[in-house]
Amino acid sequence: MSQESLIFDLGRSGRYARAQAPAEHADLADIPAEFRRKQRAVMPEVSELQVVRHYTRLSQKNFSIDTNFYPLGSCTMKYNPRACNSLAMLPGFLDRHPHAPDSTGQGFLGCLYNLQEMLAEVTGMKTVSLAPMAGAQGEFAGVAMIRAYHDARGDDGRTEIIVPDAAHGTNPATAVMCGYKVREIPTAADGDVDMAALQEAVGPQTAGIMLTNPSTVGVFERRIQEIATLVHEAGGLLYYDGANLNAILGKVRPGDMGFDVIHINLHKTFSTPHGGGGPGAGAIGVGERLLPHTPIPQVGEDNGQYYWRTEKDIPQTIGRLSAFGGNAGVLLRAYVYARMLGREGMTRVAEYSTLNANYLMTRLKAEGFQVWLPERRASHEFIISLKGEAKELGVTAGDFAKRLLDLGYHAPTAYFPLLVPECLLIEPTETETVDDLDGFVQAMVTIREEARHDKEFVKGAPYNMPVRRLDEVKAAKELDLKWQGEAS
Amino acid sequence: MPFIPHTDEDIRRMLAEVGVDSINSLFDEVPSDLIDPGLPGIPEGVSEMEITREMNERAASDMLGPCFLGAGAYRHHVPAAVWEITTRGEYYSAYTPYQAEASQGTLQLIYEYQSMMSGLMGMDASNASLYDGGSALAEAVLMAVRANRKSKSGRILVPDTVNPMYCDATRTIVGNQGITLETVASNAETGAVDVETLEQWEGEDIAALVIQQPNWFGRLEEAQALTDWAQRNGALVIAVVNPTAMAVLTPPGEWGENGADIACGEGQPLGIPLSSGGPYFGFMCCRKAHVRQMPGRIVGRTVDLEGRTGYTLTLQAREQHIRRNKATSNICTNQGLMVTAATIYLSLLGAEGLERVAGHCHANTRKLTERLAGIKGVSLRFDGPYFHERVVELDRPAEPVFQQLASQGILAGYPLGRHDKRLSNALLVCATETVTDADIDRFADALSHALAKAA
Amino acid sequence: MSNVPSDLKYASSHEWVRQDDDGTVTVGISDHAQDALGDLVFVETPEIDRTVEAGEAVAVVESVKAASDVYAPVSGTVIDANAQLQDAPELVNTDAYGEGWIMRIKLDDPDALEELMDADAYEQLITEEDDG
Repeated sequence: MSQESLIFDLGRSGRYARAQAPAEHADLADIPAEFRRKQRAVMPEVSELQVVRHYTRLSQKNFSIDTNFYPLGSCTMKYNPRACNSLAMLPGFLDRHPHAPDSTGQGFLGCLYNLQEMLAEVTGMKTVSLAPMAGAQGEFAGVAMIRAYHDARGDDGRTEIIVPDAAHGTNPATAVMCGYKVREIPTAADGDVDMAALQEAVGPQTAGIMLTNPSTVGVFERRIQEIATLVHEAGGLLYYDGANLNAILGKVRPGDMGFDVIHINLHKTFSTPHGGGGPGAGAIGVGERLLPHTPIPQVGEDNGQYYWRTEKDIPQTIGRLSAFGGNAGVLLRAYVYARMLGREGMTRVAEYSTLNANYLMTRLKAEGFQVWLPERRASHEFIISLKGEAKELGVTAGDFAKRLLDLGYHAPTAYFPLLVPECLLIEPTETETVDDLDGFVQAMVTIREEARHDKEFVKGAPYNMPVRRLDEVKAAKELDLKWQGEAS
Repeated sequence: MPFIPHTDEDIRRMLAEVGVDSINSLFDEVPSDLIDPGLPGIPEGVSEMEITREMNERAASDMLGPCFLGAGAYRHHVPAAVWEITTRGEYYSAYTPYQAEASQGTLQLIYEYQSMMSGLMGMDASNASLYDGGSALAEAVLMAVRANRKSKSGRILVPDTVNPMYCDATRTIVGNQGITLETVASNAETGAVDVETLEQWEGEDIAALVIQQPNWFGRLEEAQALTDWAQRNGALVIAVVNPTAMAVLTPPGEWGENGADIACGEGQPLGIPLSSGGPYFGFMCCRKAHVRQMPGRIVGRTVDLEGRTGYTLTLQAREQHIRRNKATSNICTNQGLMVTAATIYLSLLGAEGLERVAGHCHANTRKLTERLAGIKGVSLRFDGPYFHERVVELDRPAEPVFQQLASQGILAGYPLGRHDKRLSNALLVCATETVTDADIDRFADALSHALAKAA
Repeated sequence: MSNVPSDLKYASSHEWVRQDDDGTVTVGISDHAQDALGDLVFVETPEIDRTVEAGEAVAVVESVKAASDVYAPVSGTVIDANAQLQDAPELVNTDAYGEGWIMRIKLDDPDALEELMDADAYEQLITEEDDG
């Protein structure tokens, strides 16, 4: 594939897309010169066709769900139904100003209210707030609520949040943003939380624990009820990281497990697009204890009229997380998806994502790959460790990942969780056919064969992508973060 | 089964391979009292045709007429090409570009975005986006406290001319880290901050001063003098700016002698539809010295094994997936697709087009407010230069008038009394380039009609 | 096999300590540590005059995929930091015990050095880690 110039390099002075801007300049003479920009910003000077062609060509350099199998562990890269997009982009929704009165947004607010109700039901929580913009902001809201709960009770000796060593990096980062110290606990050999270490860690200083279930090692935490009792008896609360909710949607509910607050990554489980890095939506499900601290705004209903609930309605709220009410357009997409699934469809998400993962794990195991926890059921994802291949063939998990790209498969999550050496975390999702799963197994086998014959060949991959491996050391040391006018 | 491709034969074959007789057996590690809760509160699934009918009805009920409402979100013309390209599956359904070789499209686009945003702001570097303008200010405050190594106080000066919703979000987000936001009162006559007001903090340990341009009341702040005061006193300057306005106003990088340290704000005006408040995107730029304190993704240009140009995420050691509890922020997913739209928007308009848009916003707002000021019972509230918003004062509480005009399909501005009782008769009005003379006539007629009755 | 000079002391968190004549010590990270991190792209050095406790994180070494804290091996006051690392973090990779030094600390208690490992003990530690 040929290289695509930067948009700046395509331009000519004086060229721009004339149909898109007003035809005339307006009079700005009443703005005093001291406030006025002296020199125009450097911007592309290109035609509409150039813009369309450039960004269409760039798009073709991406892997995406729409073009490739994308088994990225913990990311739930499943099909994003097109109807969710087109129905969220109807003019009545797109053109509505966020400060327009509630009375003029009953269509939109009704969708959000029903979405809140469905999410509360499917997770077993008392209420849902759709305000958080992404999973990490949902985490922030949840831990901030835990803090507000303890503060409201005058229980100010609680300074620690317990986090398993296999947790997503957002968990410890969030705890710190909420003013807590992080206490890590190890994962036991069977993949569950190390109960002895947990008992040791829990005490009067425990504000709460953040858990993902199924966990980041791809198995269901079997002693979850025991954990909940232990933490609650010590006066701490339980936070559920919803990154892996797809594995149990409609089948098992975090609320029933004993969690006090959860976030749901709607861009994972409810199939809103990942967009090359967002926007997501990190809806928060709230249990009884934390209800008074629910973030605002939240949609309420009164006699069939929907309205935004504010601090007037939730006086002990942790507050607002953004200027407006959250990623509304993402929420509309999730609503359409939830409605199309319905009750049975939601449960099927858990069932078939689990079937696909267990099938793929069994097939890879049969081909001689080392499954990390072979005695356990896979949830919707599982880990293989390429430690053996690294030792015998000199080819690492990272090399497999790069060569998979050449074969048309997006790489699984590599080197996470940190505690498993040379690991790939593989999440096929429920929307892939068995033929695609078989194709992935074949690709893994092929790469291992290639490595046996010529390890350097695999280590040099990828070959068929727009670029080969990039010099990341140069990128970090000789920072080049913007175009500075030179011809490149 | 919606979105699940398996045939009965596929399922039988897969279960046999796994060695179980039913799908439920795959959940045999889950305690039995937790399994299959039933979900009576969730309705049966519907077909695409049925949900299409429902959504069309709901969307139609939300249609409104002319919009004179801004207050942090602005109705601009969005060129058709922007969302045609942005919603291509290759952008729409890709993940964060961790696998650089398979994500050169998104990565090059973000590099171009960073270039355009740095240019527009007159700053050295830009990140790849934050959630929105409000949370971007919160992140900027946290960043300033980290970056200002000389300051130990965690005290941030925030004028009352900063968007109050941004202040609320910032308080929520930074509240547990020993940071205090201290309010700077603006001049009640001008609706802007006098630099003399800051003298009460002269010589004190202040981590940063926030300056919003144009400010919450639409007024232009004396950004040059305020910046110089702050930096003379060892405080960093956080600029909160409207990106459209930066086509014609002095960009933060050129404020005062040295320029602002951090510039952030709401990216929505750059090609993002109003959409009831989101998804939008927050932008953040900074001077080079602070780049390692910046939160969020950053893309750098480098070369591949064969020396060809390529793009990759860089400085990742700042981020939560590597630095965990010592990360600059917990942010992971940001607002990537919105940045895609903004990059295409800025490419289409260029500096010339954006300047024309900005100019028409200003001119339309001038036309609108001059017209409204001629109505009996309406006056202009603050004196001094403005961009595309102004405060008009009614002879009665603004909130009921706002509601009344909304029921006629006109969004008549933002009732400022929601945040400050002293302004309960005031409306913050805005006219972008999308407003026509007929729209202004309609608004003016409806307002004079509403005010014709005794208050 | 890593280079472990016999005239230095070591902390279990992989810092080396060289005793200077004037009651100060020079601190860096071991050859083993730099090798495990890979190419360094950034070193954040401590502020001069900062007082530090033994075991306190005082500097950061960053590679592309990892960032590690450097801990003060002894308590004292930071009297110098290697400014060259600002532009040339790779010095830690190429000359871990020489040009790649990170900071100098004036000791609170000269006997504190006794707490640290000698070269033999450190060599044993890294051999065990490699096998683990």
